[in-house]
Amino acid sequence: MLTYAGKRLLQLIPVFFGSTFLIYFMVFALPGDPIRALFGERQPPEALLTQIREQFHLNDPFIIQYFHYIWGLLHGDLGTTYTGRPVSEVIMNAFPATLQLATLALLFEAVAGISIGLVAGLRKGKFFDASALVVSLLLISIPTFVTGYVLQYIFAVKLGWASPTVGANASWGDYVLPAIVLATASFAYIVRLTRSSVVETQAMDHVRTATAKGLPRRRVISVHVLRNSLIPVVTFLGVDLGSLMVGAIVTEGIFNINGIGGTVYRAVQLGDGPTIVSIVAVMVIIFIFANLLVDLLYAVLDPRIRYAN
Amino acid sequence: MPTSSPFPSERYVAPFDDDDVRISEPTLDAGTKPRSVWSDVWMSIRKRPLFWTSAILISLVVTVAAFPSWFTSVSPDEGCLLANSDGPPQMGHPFGFTVQGCDVYSRVIYGARASVMVGLLAMLLATAFGGIVGALAGFYGGILDSILSRVVDIFFAIPMVLGAIVMMSVSNERTAILVAVVIAVFAWPQIARIARGAVLSARKSDYVTAVTSLGLSPFKTLVRHVVPNSLGPVIAVATVSLGTFIVAESTLSYLGIGLPASTMSWGNDISQAQSSLRTNPLLLVYPAGALSITVLSFLMLGDVLRDALDPKERTRR
Repeated sequence: MLTYAGKRLLQLIPVFFGSTFLIYFMVFALPGDPIRALFGERQPPEALLTQIREQFHLNDPFIIQYFHYIWGLLHGDLGTTYTGRPVSEVIMNAFPATLQLATLALLFEAVAGISIGLVAGLRKGKFFDASALVVSLLLISIPTFVTGYVLQYIFAVKLGWASPTVGANASWGDYVLPAIVLATASFAYIVRLTRSSVVETQAMDHVRTATAKGLPRRRVISVHVLRNSLIPVVTFLGVDLGSLMVGAIVTEGIFNINGIGGTVYRAVQLGDGPTIVSIVAVMVIIFIFANLLVDLLYAVLDPRIRYAN
Repeated sequence: MPTSSPFPSERYVAPFDDDDVRISEPTLDAGTKPRSVWSDVWMSIRKRPLFWTSAILISLVVTVAAFPSWFTSVSPDEGCLLANSDGPPQMGHPFGFTVQGCDVYSRVIYGARASVMVGLLAMLLATAFGGIVGALAGFYGGILDSILSRVVDIFFAIPMVLGAIVMMSVSNERTAILVAVVIAVFAWPQIARIARGAVLSARKSDYVTAVTSLGLSPFKTLVRHVVPNSLGPVIAVATVSLGTFIVAESTLSYLGIGLPASTMSWGNDISQAQSSLRTNPLLLVYPAGALSITVLSFLMLGDVLRDALDPKERTRR
């Protein structure tokens, strides 16, 4: 178990460096001169420009810049934006909203998706199953921004059940509608994944054995069917955490939430390299650890993995 | 009592004619062509209404994308009269007019091309590249597998929309081809993973051992035997991903970094419709509906193909 976790952790190191390097490379190929852009219409003195460029290592070759950056990152320094704010402060400012949003969305898609998928799988071929399959396909095929505007219009503008925008200092309740919008497509994927996995597990010998030895159906379903069906679902949830944080770009825009998605989007438009790279680095770290967690959860769910080494 | 034969053993041997050896199945003919996986798949999918629904819808969408002028006589660029701004449906203009007074129906028809083109091109690029990388990693294994798998992980760790935003903002000229390439750059790892898994399980099959022991070179084994037998899951995932790529294109256009606003596409039209959502919600419904129907038909086709190509599913049916 420990060796397994250690091996996975080691494999993640090149992924971390590779992903940050890739983003760093793309960001610093951005055209334009962000330093000159800082001054707007005014003409800054050449000495000041040189000094700022020196401060951000912009005159060094690309690879040296990257090493400067990684060195700072490993010491917990995420750098400063071109406007002089520490990037960590920018992230800390925007992170709570996105975290609340992503947590609620993850919770919603896991609970609702697994329950509906389980029921559909247990009633394979029946009406509930067929409608769950059709509805989930429909939900996947509608882009988030369409669901976002439609739900906002219906529930917030017409019915007034929720607030159409989420300002600063919002309560958890304000995030419910945006979280549902954010989670819609993933929820549909989880319904389908759980359903097909449950159908597959139900045909397995151990489930027949459990039924044959007279276990109550509740226990057969919860322990023998559901637990064994969860592996693909848990994998999906781990990967999805990353896409939820970024999928938040659209949702945050619609509901006017000041989160990571909006921050990185503005940074890209302003060409603020340090901010983009640091946010992506943080996202990649979250993604990597979510996947590590998923790997460890495998071992909890499936004894074959637990005892393999 | 004298015996009739000098060989006593003859009693224990059946006369030749008693044991007639012939082909037990009279219909079996050595010349019969074995049924291929693909004819099996065809036999199973042609019975499913879902397959026919999606096939008809996809042919319709592809025809609309290729020959938009067959479906509308109104040119979407010309004849935009501000007098018609936000106008209700009229004769010859079944969906009404946009804020700019353009015909919504012809915009929906002409918007199909960009969306389908981007989706199709991105799917082809991602499947070709992801398929090759996955096949090489799965078949050769060892250090090549370790390296390629880490590269896949690296691209996989960057969320697609985020990577696409950064890459699109770098580029000066935004074209349909560029959007497709950018989507493919961050989408190929998923297909590579599927392809690697499929090749890995095909590689262990008996027929691969057989051709290897007959002395076929590894590369020829891969191309002639392993790849054809691992195409199933890859094709199914590619079909589904075509649908999701169309959604990705519209998301990028919605964020204002996809296709330029002058290009007619469903994503751009949805993006423009959002500003008049509260006064004229139908403007959103038409392009979004067309987009969703297209995506839905590719998802359905992918689903049907996956069911038909999955051997576990096949035996259970």
